[in-house]
Amino acid sequence: MKRKMFLVLVIVLIAALALSGCGKKPDATTPTPQQPVEEFIKIGSVMPVTGAIATFGVSSVEAIELAFKEINAEGGVLGGKKLKLYNEDNRSTAEETATAFQKLIEQEKVVAIIGSVASSHSLAGAPIAQDAKIPTISPTSTNPAVTLIGDYIFRACFLDPFQGEMMAKFALNELGLTTAAMIVEQESDYAKGLAQFFKQHFEAGGGTVVQTEEFSNQDKDFTAILTNIKAKNPEFVYIPSYYDTVGPILRQAKDMELNAQFGGGDGWDSADLFDLAGDAANGGFFSNHYSPDIDSPEVKKFLASYMAEYGKVPDALAALAYDAAYLMARAIDAAGSTDGTAIRDALAAITFTGVSGNIVFDANGDPVKTGVIVGIENQTQVYKATIQP
Amino acid sequence: MTITQQVIQQLINGISLGSVYALIALGYTMVYGIIRLINFAHGEVFMIGAFVGYFAITVLGLPFIAAIIIAMVFCAILGMIVERLAYKPLRKAHRVAALMTAVGVSMFFQNAAIALKWIGASPKGFPRVIEVQRYHIMENVSITSDRLLTMGVALLLMFLLQFIVHKTLMGKAMRAVSLDKDTAQLMGINVDKTISFTFALGSALAAAAGVLFALNYGVVVYQMGLLPGLKAFVSAVLGGIGIIPGAMLGGMLIGIVEVSVSAAGYSMVRDAVAFTILILVLLVRPAGLFGKNVREKV
Repeated sequence: MKRKMFLVLVIVLIAALALSGCGKKPDATTPTPQQPVEEFIKIGSVMPVTGAIATFGVSSVEAIELAFKEINAEGGVLGGKKLKLYNEDNRSTAEETATAFQKLIEQEKVVAIIGSVASSHSLAGAPIAQDAKIPTISPTSTNPAVTLIGDYIFRACFLDPFQGEMMAKFALNELGLTTAAMIVEQESDYAKGLAQFFKQHFEAGGGTVVQTEEFSNQDKDFTAILTNIKAKNPEFVYIPSYYDTVGPILRQAKDMELNAQFGGGDGWDSADLFDLAGDAANGGFFSNHYSPDIDSPEVKKFLASYMAEYGKVPDALAALAYDAAYLMARAIDAAGSTDGTAIRDALAAITFTGVSGNIVFDANGDPVKTGVIVGIENQTQVYKATIQP
Repeated sequence: MTITQQVIQQLINGISLGSVYALIALGYTMVYGIIRLINFAHGEVFMIGAFVGYFAITVLGLPFIAAIIIAMVFCAILGMIVERLAYKPLRKAHRVAALMTAVGVSMFFQNAAIALKWIGASPKGFPRVIEVQRYHIMENVSITSDRLLTMGVALLLMFLLQFIVHKTLMGKAMRAVSLDKDTAQLMGINVDKTISFTFALGSALAAAAGVLFALNYGVVVYQMGLLPGLKAFVSAVLGGIGIIPGAMLGGMLIGIVEVSVSAAGYSMVRDAVAFTILILVLLVRPAGLFGKNVREKV
């Protein structure tokens, strides 16, 4: 009997080790002990480096590292102090985002935070930063509720009402489509918000939403809801989710010959979409924050330095994270100290021209800026139009 | 699309999902039949099978049929190893101990998958190994070659299993062990070998289900085994746990019910409905559709 108990214990221990092992991967950004002691300003970031939306996190961290490297090379902030990034991986979950915010604030004592990507994640983490009075910029959380958490929470991107409006207007006016169906992920604040605003503007512009289908983020079989949509024969199908679910949906839709125009939001912006959807993504459109095809000095400089550093074309996640990193650095300089309240006040008053356009914050901490529509042709992204707010 | 066309199309969707559930449910049912263990790690074997198939196609460049066979062989061996290491030492222990171990093994595999660099937590697109052909049964109702293949392979494997269980010596041994392990041993049946074989067979079927599921729905990811595994468990209970034809029918039924719920516009409760069925079966007819009520030996 004792031997058996022992075996059970061993198995439980192995399982426990496996569980804890993946959370504690050594972070590339953690300082090594060999480094000479230097004065650093600690900036935290909470990004999904692994998990369902991992490409978003990887792009964001790469872009922030690049921005910090450039800023540090030009003499840092506050008269020579270097910026140092402490990234925590939230493994694409809201729960781990909250833990990561807590850890950055209480253990690492960061002065500011950049993060997170998904709106549901930011909504879980940002209240902790607000309570601790740590200024926080989310590069890409587009749900309106994110900055309403408090006056220490900002974002670098436009909001879902505008993003939904962009796609509604593009479908109505540019594509000339008047009937639409929506496929909405129910656990996602981002998807639900976008669907709501798309519907509002699409119907205000004279279109009709003929069918709305819901799914849960664990679903892999979308054939049933796609058959329902096919029965209604809509001209446009709006899927405002992230690439990890959009990919399989597009693929299954193609399999069943659902012949409609597909569209979505900035959650489509990942090279992995083409891995998951294959050629089923061709012909789709999505609203985005930036396109590498835009002709501006900021975009050109960013494109050149990102390509030199990582050897690939930066996506919008990278562009916004890069802008967020610069915003934070400029705000620290303008504040003249690393005091949370001073940085917050400086951020609120900032005027900044970044890769993703001009950024001036309104009273909520939201920027007012333009958006772009990107089309997918031969599994590559093609810039289609810029849409003014 | 008329209502009839919709119903037929949804039935096809349901049967192709159901045939995957049926394949997984067979493994649950066989293992339960032989050692009275609900092997909760079975869903993870399904996931691992899908990944082996994925790597066989993407890395080794093998054709689909070769990939599915490799996945089945790999998981058969894995199933035997798991049985030998995790369940065999507990064979005489309390049943709850083995059950908890199964839950532990399931978590172990999920987390090991995340920890492995080439699997990780990001979903991957399953390659289009087969040229997609669409066969139109009637106007607006079509079935793809992927789905036909899924149903075909599932049926073939089920017949093969029936043959093994009823026509071979090993099958006879399996049935004997499931009836009474100790007496079977007295009759000269190698019980350990028989149990090992059962795990191998069940795991191979789960692996095949995993590869077919990935082919149909286009994605492989570390937690893909969780819900199909649980639903296959519901299917096995619905059909009468321990009964092989019951698992097949249960799987088909759960697949069709799930798709019907989505088709009726309640896609958010499709999982809940499957588990409600589990509760109802346990309350009303615990032996399942095919089961006889047998009094527990005291």
